[in-house]
Amino acid sequence: MIDRTVRVASPLRSYTQGAASVTAQGDSVAELLDGLERRFPGMRFRMIDEQDGIRPHIRLYAGTREIRAILEPMGAETTLHIICALSGG
Amino acid sequence: MSNTIWIGTRKGVFALRPDPRRRSYRLLGPQFLGHVIHHVVQDPRDPKMVLIAAKTGHLGPTVFRSVDRGRSWTEAAKPPAFRKLAGAEKPRAVARVFWLSPGHGSEKGVWYAGTAPAGLFRSSDGGDQWEPVAGFNDHPMNAQWAAGLATPDGEFLHSILVDPRDARHLYLAISIGGVFESTDGGRDWAPLNGGVAADFLPDPAVAFGHDPHRVEMHPTQPDRLYQQNHCGIYRIDRPAKAWARIGEAMPKAIGDVGFPIVLHPTDPDIAWVLPMDGTTVWPRTSIGGKPAVYQTRNGGQSWRRQARGLPPRNAWFTVLRQAMCVDNRKAPGLYFGTTAGEIWSSANGGESWRRLAQHLPEIYSVTFAI
Repeated sequence: MIDRTVRVASPLRSYTQGAASVTAQGDSVAELLDGLERRFPGMRFRMIDEQDGIRPHIRLYAGTREIRAILEPMGAETTLHIICALSGG
Repeated sequence: MSNTIWIGTRKGVFALRPDPRRRSYRLLGPQFLGHVIHHVVQDPRDPKMVLIAAKTGHLGPTVFRSVDRGRSWTEAAKPPAFRKLAGAEKPRAVARVFWLSPGHGSEKGVWYAGTAPAGLFRSSDGGDQWEPVAGFNDHPMNAQWAAGLATPDGEFLHSILVDPRDARHLYLAISIGGVFESTDGGRDWAPLNGGVAADFLPDPAVAFGHDPHRVEMHPTQPDRLYQQNHCGIYRIDRPAKAWARIGEAMPKAIGDVGFPIVLHPTDPDIAWVLPMDGTTVWPRTSIGGKPAVYQTRNGGQSWRRQARGLPPRNAWFTVLRQAMCVDNRKAPGLYFGTTAGEIWSSANGGESWRRLAQHLPEIYSVTFAI
């Protein structure tokens, strides 16, 4: 498996010791997230619920392709973007 | 070590620390700035331990733990989560941890958590690892008990009460769902809603589907429970199966709708409520813009207005169900927090009130810690 870049939104950087970008390995989004969880325990559950659903204010992109389910493959994309989307005050 | 009033808000955790005579208070915090804090609860069996029910606007729910009275925090290794469902089962995912209750005095390290959507969870290691309570979450009736009138956030499971005489005797409440009781440590449950109105339902005479806002068990007389419900104030003295509507004795112009109810620490006949406007479209503000606490000293036979020091007019705040508490003094101190970010306190059982803090974020919980 190749190293891929994961861009981490600021609300999750308490898990990555402040890093905005980390590397992980995996052919699917799920595998990348599992890799992140091994390195940064607790991080996955804040983004992905216990039924493997992407939480309402989290958006995942493989490159520029939005991910709707974590079993989707990364394909040739080298970067997973984790975006936090919130409105209101 | 002085007492602490923990304040959970929509934007973080604050604390008030009084001097020994409760004359001055020091505001501490924020901690967890920006986090949505539904409950901050100290462990009476181990006062150095404090648990927080948290999420953020973006991120999923979790629990933070302190073993040094809130100076430092660690996240639960395994926060409350439903078991992974398969097949045709309706998937459930915890959206928020809403309520925390320490377990029985003999079960050090045991905690219970209530969530939205309604789920019951148990930890046996001081809140680090949480497991679903299958006896409730997978009860054959659960889908009906916990899905009567799903609100946009899902139902809230709250008011988890442990009988101090028997660790296996538990109560919980679901808003909307009703009050439920277990006598076998959570393996089986039964509704306990006799006598409670559910006048928002097509059939008000239902066994469950009620809307308890907060239920309290008296610590020295655990057979006595009080309930502030969407449809009034109630009391039950077990083993009775039916609640009595003690809110009927409230002034008709005030009514008996509210979120919190709190009890005197030693006298089971004394309780306080904070009525809100439950008319028409349910403003849920203080009635007429004139906030007031009401106290009963006779188990709900009569109620007395306690508003001295509170704003006499133009105060349209709401006090949510976890946002009122009593301390452990002989002359109990009372505290409540408002959706407008104010903390109000009485050092004389509600006779007079003063504001201790203002300009905080929307307050979700106010709890007393020794």
